[in-house]
Amino acid sequence: MNDVSSQRGVDSIPSKISRPKYIGEPVQRLEDPRLLTGAGRFTSDIRLERMVHLAFVRSDQAHAKISEIDFGDALEMPGVLAIYTAGDFTDIPDISAPSRMKNYHATHCPVLARDVVRYVGEPVAVVVATDRYLAEDAATSIVVEYEPLGASSNVDGALAAGAVQLHDDVPGNLVLERVFATGEAPEQIAAASHVVEGRFRLKRKSPLAMENRAYVVDYDRGRDALTLYGSTQIPGVVRDELSRLLGMPGNRIRVVAPDVGGGFGGKGSIYPEEILVVAIARRLARPVKYVSDRLEDLTSTSQGFDEVVKARLAFDDDGTFIALEAEVIGDIGAYSIYPWTAALEPVQVASFLPGPYRTPHYWGRVRAVCTPKPPTGPYRGVGRPMAVFALERLVDKAAAHLGMDRAEIRRRNLVRPEEFPHRIGSGIIWNRSGFMECLEAAVETIDYAGFKKRQEAARKEGRWIGQGIGTYAELTGIGSRIAVAPGMPINTGSETATVRIDATGAVVAMFATASHGQSLETTLAQIVAEELGVRPEDVQIMQGDTAVAVHGTGTYASRSAVIGGGAAIKSTRSLLTKVKRVAGRLFDVDPDRVETGDGEIFVPGTNHRIRFADLARAVYSDMATLPLDARETLESQESFDPYLGTTTSSTHIAEVEIDPETLAIRLTRFVVAEDCGKMINPQVVDGQVHGGVAQGVGVALLEELQYDETGQLLSASLADYLIPTSAEVPHIEVIHLETELPDNPGGFRGMGEGGTIGAPAAIANAVADALAHLDLDITELPITPSKLHRLIVDKRATKDME
Amino acid sequence: MTNETNITLTLNGEKVSAKAEPRMLASDFIRDVLFMSGTHVGCEHGVCGACTIRFNGKTARSCLLFAAQLDGANVETVESLGTAIDMHRIQKAFRKHHALQCGFCTPGFLMTVSEILETLPLSTDDEIRDALSGNLCRCTGYEHIVRAVRELVDERDGVPA
Repeated sequence: MNDVSSQRGVDSIPSKISRPKYIGEPVQRLEDPRLLTGAGRFTSDIRLERMVHLAFVRSDQAHAKISEIDFGDALEMPGVLAIYTAGDFTDIPDISAPSRMKNYHATHCPVLARDVVRYVGEPVAVVVATDRYLAEDAATSIVVEYEPLGASSNVDGALAAGAVQLHDDVPGNLVLERVFATGEAPEQIAAASHVVEGRFRLKRKSPLAMENRAYVVDYDRGRDALTLYGSTQIPGVVRDELSRLLGMPGNRIRVVAPDVGGGFGGKGSIYPEEILVVAIARRLARPVKYVSDRLEDLTSTSQGFDEVVKARLAFDDDGTFIALEAEVIGDIGAYSIYPWTAALEPVQVASFLPGPYRTPHYWGRVRAVCTPKPPTGPYRGVGRPMAVFALERLVDKAAAHLGMDRAEIRRRNLVRPEEFPHRIGSGIIWNRSGFMECLEAAVETIDYAGFKKRQEAARKEGRWIGQGIGTYAELTGIGSRIAVAPGMPINTGSETATVRIDATGAVVAMFATASHGQSLETTLAQIVAEELGVRPEDVQIMQGDTAVAVHGTGTYASRSAVIGGGAAIKSTRSLLTKVKRVAGRLFDVDPDRVETGDGEIFVPGTNHRIRFADLARAVYSDMATLPLDARETLESQESFDPYLGTTTSSTHIAEVEIDPETLAIRLTRFVVAEDCGKMINPQVVDGQVHGGVAQGVGVALLEELQYDETGQLLSASLADYLIPTSAEVPHIEVIHLETELPDNPGGFRGMGEGGTIGAPAAIANAVADALAHLDLDITELPITPSKLHRLIVDKRATKDME
Repeated sequence: MTNETNITLTLNGEKVSAKAEPRMLASDFIRDVLFMSGTHVGCEHGVCGACTIRFNGKTARSCLLFAAQLDGANVETVESLGTAIDMHRIQKAFRKHHALQCGFCTPGFLMTVSEILETLPLSTDDEIRDALSGNLCRCTGYEHIVRAVRELVDERDGVPA
């Protein structure tokens, strides 16, 4: 660290540190020792005196009127303290996600179903008992009588004229409708000489974090104050909304996300259960614990995707894209989730559909439809996995139509380095990122040029192999100018960091982020250490706790490294200025001559050299060394709001082999080339890419929540809902490119979701390529052996008809 | 809880006794009665592997065992390996290769790895992947876990790094 960097002002960008030591290094994670030794503290590990346990009675009907709830002898069963239904919580307003968006109808979700249930798994009653086994015993003896109300579990039925309405205030089950238009897409498509089209579907899936949702409330009877420990990605949002719903000030509500076992979006919304644990703890004036099981996770945690995209792409003889048109229909389930609203997923499909290409004309319409299924919410990639899957399939179809190479058609249409910033037809602006560079790097690494020969040779041996490209761009670290979800009433665009040196010289940095696997305790410590001149292990990162931040939302949407990291840089530089000022007084030199490094504060070329502990003692404890006016508190707080967002780009290439007998699809190779700007910790970046790709493998080949026409979930266990194991995920090769650093402190771009965005499209294109000789189109993911079999049988039948 | 039985076992080298109902799962017993909370519960139907323990030396899903079955047994959980300040070789390899992110599935993986290092040749990465496929991880994509195990296998077999 030298004084030049700090004197250039906190916004001087990108940061140029003369001796980077920790940023860009694979620093071993500070969270690991506890997590590796069973000493982590997950919510379900928390045990408090006099703690009671909850078990929920959940609806076994999709859309029905509750005609009777018969407690039977449940109240007399051992250990049972109370049983509550909707009527016991009339003081708690319904959960409702407002939006300034036009043509949007908010839904109202009571914390326990009132009169009507709207999905299988919706909480209807809750048992409080001294022990979880006893609570579950009582819950199973409660009988709820329903009168079925119908309602279609699929969007076509839900949109049909005269369909049963799920909510009185959502006419025609249409929660929202929105149109994006730039230029004259329909006219251009009508006039174009070449058009490809398709109807693409991404099935409903579960985020499926390994830790099921869990909540524990510690209640302070003396102060009517509470601490909610919860498996959440958004403690700040939960605190703010609890304050509103319960009418309690924030200084009596503390929300802590302790160690959280993955989220992927599923722990990024507000749930009825986390409001109820709080209300019950207050009512009984004792601690309450609720740990959901996997069945509850699969039926009541927010779900992902579930869209149909009908799209057409027009292009000229050279393969230059002219126009894109799309109809997006999202099945959002029974409620518009708080705080994101039902717009989050389907609207982002339409926003990102034009992708990283220059397509002058775009028209996209989104409709979000409610059906009696669990609400959809954020899931890793949000909207973009669907958008990229649909677009990249169209791009491959366009190449096939023209007999053009699939990489070449992408080269011709990708936004070129000199064309940034580039506004796409939905209004998103891409800033400079390595679109073309990622494509070229991936193509080169995987021997794209040699694949056709390998494929021909394999086909002669009766083996079906295929290669597929998935290229995309995404917006990350989104500032306050752009809402993560359109019209949403909360600000997700800023982060505040507080960095301080205590009386012992130890460094603590506080954030409103909520790491649940992202390694923020390490990466944010690397940033603070780098800027302040200490070692990462000397910095304690406190986050996931509303007690350490006045405002802040949490960790989601690939934001924490960009926005949290930016706030860390600004605050630490501000603190460093104080450190130098105080040290300057101590050494009787100009503060600009003071430098820091490895936990020491010194003036080069002199014998002035002290440790941070010495400086802290001089400031806080030793009343003789410094005059009163020089003893300033060694703490700084700065906020960072990137205002807009920063573009991350990547190309994924997958190779598959399909067994002609069993139709089993095996991934044989996977290459990712990505540009996430400056890497804070390359090992952590690799880990995020690998994990994202693995979830993309799940999207493409395995994961599907199957609902029958009555809204019953058919894949309600981990033996039926399959996620990738180590045997299905291939070795993943990752190439990092750093083209031009973005215009933000640190030069970071978000990258936590990207793996899941590119992989489904790449795998779909590879499967289609492997089956090209059969002339099959891949339009629905996941694609499974049984679905492939159906496609082949249908194709034969069509041919026989002809 | 009138019909509780006495259960005496060796847990991580220490002889312990406690009472449990016949229906209590071994996973709940270990976590909630014996207060060894490193063993995690992810599905309670034997698929995810987060609750993997070593039961008389062999890996087992503690959610598929009853507490009563632990009577007289030698049980090892993740806490049997190392401590935060003195980690076991497997834990160090996991840290070095960033083989964990959220850490929820990790105790189960560590117990599985401790067994397969003793019992399987694991001469190829595919064999490692097969051997690990009974444990689900949602964060890492397994790549770094395979690398950590590869290093441990090479070390075991005296293969120069």
